Amino acid sequence: MLENFSFRTIVEYLPLFGQGLITTVWLSALSFAGALAIGIVLAAMNLQRGWLFRVPAKAYIDAVRATPLLAQLYFLYFGLPRLGLVLPELVVGIIALSLNSGAYVAEIIRAGILSIPRGQVEAGVSSGMTYVQRMRFVILPQAFKVTIPPLLGQAIVLVKDSALLSLISVSELTRAGQLLASDRFMPAEGFLTIAAFYLLLYYCLKGLAALSSRWLGLQPARSST
Amino acid sequence: MIWQQLHSLAGSYPLALRGLGMTVVLSLISLVLGTLFGFGLGILRTGGNQLIGNVIGAWVDLIRGTPFLVQIFLIFFILPEFGIELDAFTAGVIALTNLAACFICEIVAAGIRSVPTGQVEAALASGLSRWQRLRQVVLPQAMRIVLPPLVGQYVLLIKDSSVVSAIGLTDLTRVGWLVVQRVPNGLLVFFLVGVGYFMVCYPLIMLARRLERRMGAVHGEVQL
Repeated sequence: MLENFSFRTIVEYLPLFGQGLITTVWLSALSFAGALAIGIVLAAMNLQRGWLFRVPAKAYIDAVRATPLLAQLYFLYFGLPRLGLVLPELVVGIIALSLNSGAYVAEIIRAGILSIPRGQVEAGVSSGMTYVQRMRFVILPQAFKVTIPPLLGQAIVLVKDSALLSLISVSELTRAGQLLASDRFMPAEGFLTIAAFYLLLYYCLKGLAALSSRWLGLQPARSST
Repeated sequence: MIWQQLHSLAGSYPLALRGLGMTVVLSLISLVLGTLFGFGLGILRTGGNQLIGNVIGAWVDLIRGTPFLVQIFLIFFILPEFGIELDAFTAGVIALTNLAACFICEIVAAGIRSVPTGQVEAALASGLSRWQRLRQVVLPQAMRIVLPPLVGQYVLLIKDSSVVSAIGLTDLTRVGWLVVQRVPNGLLVFFLVGVGYFMVCYPLIMLARRLERRMGAVHGEVQL
């Protein structure tokens, strides 16, 4: 049983956990920013009528969605040096997370843009707006609104996925738990503590998602158009 | 040099097949068990008992709020402290089943809630028993909402099964990791690993998309 569960050891290792937590937070934030950039580009490519941009974007999105993040991570980790790119593990991890989440973000953005009723676009056309104006003043402001809650959902997934970076020895939160588990043979202390920290991050982001959908007036999940 | 590597890779063929087999078997067992438990939990969650519903909701939140890797470590390293010795395969099945059950529970609950109350009331007025209402009125209608995300969840499950390689199960990802130690070409090795997963997952993704379109068309719903 867990009768010799040692809170003292947890307190002793708290600086390590704190550092891990901070690393997890900023590397997730950075990866999410990267994912947004990649996602916007991919969504724009995917919405083109011509095949030249659409087909590669679709292929990329499908390839990412049909393979596990861990395999993608190892692909970059073992593969980049092969291309002469020797990067620190942390950078490889951030690149992998951005590339992976970017595909999902692209789908969210595309769904958001496609959710705008055709009538809106047609009204824009008949008011004499150009393509850019229609995007800027009609479509994107409305699409932005519906994409915020699912984007925050993707952010939650990304934070959890970042735990896999511990497997290429990036010293983030899960790695801190592993260290405690292996240094002191205290897996319960190590892994339960990091689970609590991840839950903290989860509830923060979940609360933010709930708030944002209230602010944006999206409370009823399905609108009756 | 590339030929030498290809030759060496061809030698790893049986290992790769075993890894793919492990991934498929592990996913399949967890998929079946997870679906059964998930439907059970989802039905209980919407069954009207507030306490049971809240307890299930809290558990689902705990599982959704922590990384799967951490869950596997917890099961693999902590259950032995309670006197339950597990081999890696059993630990993997338990972790994956639990994960799938939690996500499927939410999908099923959402599907059941989407059935208009009038339907349940009509079934009540027709004198159907609790089981009959569920079996003949609610679930068939809920399935339209449930099916597309359910298939999507199976894809996630197969992909998440790669994480069990962290506790030493020789699945497809682990095989890639082993092979890359001998054949130092990460691009090629993990490209092939990716192809293995793609062959399993992509048909399911296509199926999910088709179901989504079909079910959406039946309902005439606007997709948000």
